[in-house]
Amino acid sequence: MSGPILLSLKVALIAVGIDAVLATLLARLLARREFPGKNLIESFIILPMVLPPTVLGFGLLILLGKRGLLGRFLLDNFDLQIVFTWWAAIFAAAVVSFPLMYQSANAAFASVDVALEQAARTLGSSESRVFLRITLPLAYPGLIAGLVLAFARALGEFGATLMVAGNIPGKTQTIPLAIYFAVETGDNTLAWNLVLVITGLSITALFWLNLWARKKTRVWQKGDIPRAERIHS
Amino acid sequence: MLNASIRKHLPGFTVDINLSFDNGILVLFGPSGSGKSTILNCLAGLQKPSAGRILLNNRVFFCKHQGINVPARQRRIGYVFQDYALFPHLTVKDNVLFGLAPGPDRCKKRRGHRMSVRETLEMLKIMPLQDRYPAQLSGGEKQRVALARALMMEPDLLLLDEPLSATDAQIRRELQIELKKMQRTWEIPFILVTHSHKEMDALADEVVFLKDGQAVDTSDWTLPAGETTDRWAWGSSSALRGEDSLVGGTAHMVRNTASMANALVK
Repeated sequence: MSGPILLSLKVALIAVGIDAVLATLLARLLARREFPGKNLIESFIILPMVLPPTVLGFGLLILLGKRGLLGRFLLDNFDLQIVFTWWAAIFAAAVVSFPLMYQSANAAFASVDVALEQAARTLGSSESRVFLRITLPLAYPGLIAGLVLAFARALGEFGATLMVAGNIPGKTQTIPLAIYFAVETGDNTLAWNLVLVITGLSITALFWLNLWARKKTRVWQKGDIPRAERIHS
Repeated sequence: MLNASIRKHLPGFTVDINLSFDNGILVLFGPSGSGKSTILNCLAGLQKPSAGRILLNNRVFFCKHQGINVPARQRRIGYVFQDYALFPHLTVKDNVLFGLAPGPDRCKKRRGHRMSVRETLEMLKIMPLQDRYPAQLSGGEKQRVALARALMMEPDLLLLDEPLSATDAQIRRELQIELKKMQRTWEIPFILVTHSHKEMDALADEVVFLKDGQAVDTSDWTLPAGETTDRWAWGSSSALRGEDSLVGGTAHMVRNTASMANALVK
């Protein structure tokens, strides 16, 4: 039983790591810009959230398969085959959770007051310092929320994963796949255990997120922090 | 010495103004939507003028012809924003020191006649507040912190966008006196944007009246009709009282026309 759990965690964490970097950068790039075609680009970014997983799986097969654009390139140059390995599972998880991370990051950056960034610029800060000291810390709660949501979604990915990674026990069998095939073969005990594990993982992540978000906003809004009460001599 | 001619196209009207100003407090006075903040943003480098030239102490910050546009971070122009724009996640101390390069002597004063961090904080009475977050400050305190933060990086010019609008009358008077004192100590030009007569009267060394983005002669300048905010109500009620009235206000404007002639290089 531990095989699918460890694999799921590994796949979800790596997928979210990729999303965290790519989606955050993309969101930052697009958040403060208006240009023709932006709406269209954003629609494409959000698309994986609403498309059936089978469509994504099919798309990924086309892209990553032996004759696919990326698949052939990797095979010819690095002798790497992605399809039906756990890398394919990572690809699938990253693609389906990308919109969640992007949406959260986009909203988080949009909520940061432009005047604060402007103020930092007039105080002599370079663009990277503005981002690291002002934008990122202020958008941080929203980014963490995006990470947690994307993680939960990546953990639960089933359809696209089945299509591109298959169901190879010990190699590509993540929790959702293991549950499906446990039920299929009548192993209800295993199915129950895995259902409890994945539910527990997801609820822990979401519970912690709510708790943390509430604490974080309280500190800034009401200044409810012990350090602030310290008396200075 | 500030020498600026700025033209900026905005939806509805065009800001077109010439400013020439040395030391003291220059008040840009006009109703909302007359382009005051746009002028400050152009000076600070946060907005790009459509045309013109901005010179401060013989440094060219912007020149359309030469294609120069120095980014805001290199201009050393202090800016006190309308709602202060204090960083909510940093303490007062970190806010104030934000513009200083980190290092062991970041708090020492560098130019003799100006003040150290400690002196500035003490003069503005924000020493005891240094470990608080902006959310824990009153309007007047925020204003002082914003002022200290802008002065810390030793700007060559300080811009203030309606700095006193969010504070009550008592605090406002106090802050006006402090502001004036700060200007005399730092000896750099302050450009202050306001639509309050009181503030203009209390602070201005020179005044530029703005209407639809253009500097106008005082004789053309009238109170916008139908303005009912308390700021304008002050003007009309004191007119009824007859003291410091609109007539007085006009006298003040006339008194300022001589300096305006300097301010408006047409």
